[in-house]
Amino acid sequence: MNNNIFINIIRFVLLILTQVLIFNNLNFMGFINPMVYVIFFYWYPIKGNRALFMIIAFLLGFIIDIFSDTLALNAIASLTVAYARPVLMRFCFGVNYEFQNFSFKNTTKIQRLTLLGLLVLIHHLIFFSLEILSIAHILLILKKVLATGTATLILCTLFSSLFSPKSE
Amino acid sequence: MQRIINFILRNRNAFLYSFLALISLVMTVRSHSYHQSKFFNSSKWLSGSIYGTGADISSYFGLREENRRLLEENMELRRILFNSTIDSVQPMDSTMMDFAVLSAKLVKNSFSSPRNYLTINKGKKDGVKQDMGVITTKGILGIVENVSNNYATVQSVLNSKSNINAKIKNTEYFGSLIWEGDDYTIAQLVDIPRLVPLVVGDTIVTGGMSSIFPENIPIGTIKKYDLNASRSFYNIDVELFNDMANIKNVYLIENKNREQIKELEATTTNE
Repeated sequence: MNNNIFINIIRFVLLILTQVLIFNNLNFMGFINPMVYVIFFYWYPIKGNRALFMIIAFLLGFIIDIFSDTLALNAIASLTVAYARPVLMRFCFGVNYEFQNFSFKNTTKIQRLTLLGLLVLIHHLIFFSLEILSIAHILLILKKVLATGTATLILCTLFSSLFSPKSE
Repeated sequence: MQRIINFILRNRNAFLYSFLALISLVMTVRSHSYHQSKFFNSSKWLSGSIYGTGADISSYFGLREENRRLLEENMELRRILFNSTIDSVQPMDSTMMDFAVLSAKLVKNSFSSPRNYLTINKGKKDGVKQDMGVITTKGILGIVENVSNNYATVQSVLNSKSNINAKIKNTEYFGSLIWEGDDYTIAQLVDIPRLVPLVVGDTIVTGGMSSIFPENIPIGTIKKYDLNASRSFYNIDVELFNDMANIKNVYLIENKNREQIKELEATTTNE
C-alpha cells in the first residue's frame, strides 16, 4: 500500500515535468502539444478514495496551468475526467467492474483502449472549448480536439505499454 | 438538520466536484478578459527555476545559430554606426536618455494557444518592471506582465488581449496591432482609414503613441488587406518579422518618461 502511494507521487512529479518541459514545447505541425499527463487518470488505482482522487486531479491540472500560464483550464479538464472516471469504467468494463477482485488484468485490450480514448476525448473537449470559448470557432475547436487528441492517445498507448505497472 | 447533513454526506463527491469546478471556471473566465493572475503564473520561483534549468540544458543545442544571429546584428549596427553623419561625441549621460535597455533569455516560449505568455530569466533584481517593452533583434515581441524576483512573464503579441499602437513606416497613419489567434506568423492591423494608400509588402513599425515602445521598431510587412464590415477601415494581415517559434535572446526596453506620461494622462482625464 505504501509502495503504491510512493509510485503515484513519483508519477505525479514525473508527468508534470515531462508535460511542461517536453510535450508543451513539441508544437508538432505548429499547434499539436499532446497532453500525456492524462495517463495519470488511467494509471491511478481503481479502488481509491474518490474525493482524494478528485483533489489530486485538480492539483495536477492546476500545477500544469501555473507552468503554462493557462490558468485553470487543465485543472477543470482533469477534475472532470477524475469525476467521470467511475462512470466511464462501468461503461467500458460492464458489470465486471463492480466485483471486488476486478483489475485491469482481466479486461481486453480493446476495453482498455476505449477507456483511455474516452478519458482523452473528454479532457480535450473541455480544455479546448474553454480555451477558445466561442461558438464561432467551433471548427477550430474540433480540429484541435481531434488532432491533439489523436497524438495524446497514441503517446499514452505507447507509454502504457512501455511502463506497464507490474503490481496491477 | 440530520437529513441535510446526510444529504450532503451522501453527495459529497458531487459537491466537491462542483466547488472545485466553480473555482476553476471563475479563473478561466477571468483569464479571458482580465490581466494574468498575480499569484499563479510561471514567473514564480519554482516554475521559473525549473524552466530556467530546462532552458540551460537545451540552449546548448542552439548556440551556433544564436551566435550567427548576434553576429549579423552586430554587423548591421556597425554599418549604421560607420555611416552615420552625426558627430560621434555625444553626451553619454544615462540620466539624459529616454530609454534604458536590458537583455534577457527566454526560458519558456509558447505560440499555439490563443493567449500566449512567455517567461524570461530576468526579474525585479535585475531591474525589470511591469509594462516594459520586449523586442528581439528582428522586431517586436511583447510587453512584460508579471515580475517576480528572478523571472518575469511577457504577454506575447500573439495574445488575444494584446493591443499595440502601430503605423505604416514613413507615414503618420497609425492603427492597433491585434492577434486573431489562428496563425502564429501573422498578426492583424486594424483601424487604418480607407483613404490610406497601401501596397502589399509595406513595412509596419511601432507608432509613437505608446508609452511602452519607442517609435519605429519593426513589426512586419503587409501580406494582404481588405476593408472591414463598415467599409471605412482596413483589416490588414501583417506577416511578422520574428519567427515566434524560434526565439532565444530578447531585449527589454524601459521608457523612463512613462511615469510622467501616465501621471499627466491621469490628471487630464480627471478634469
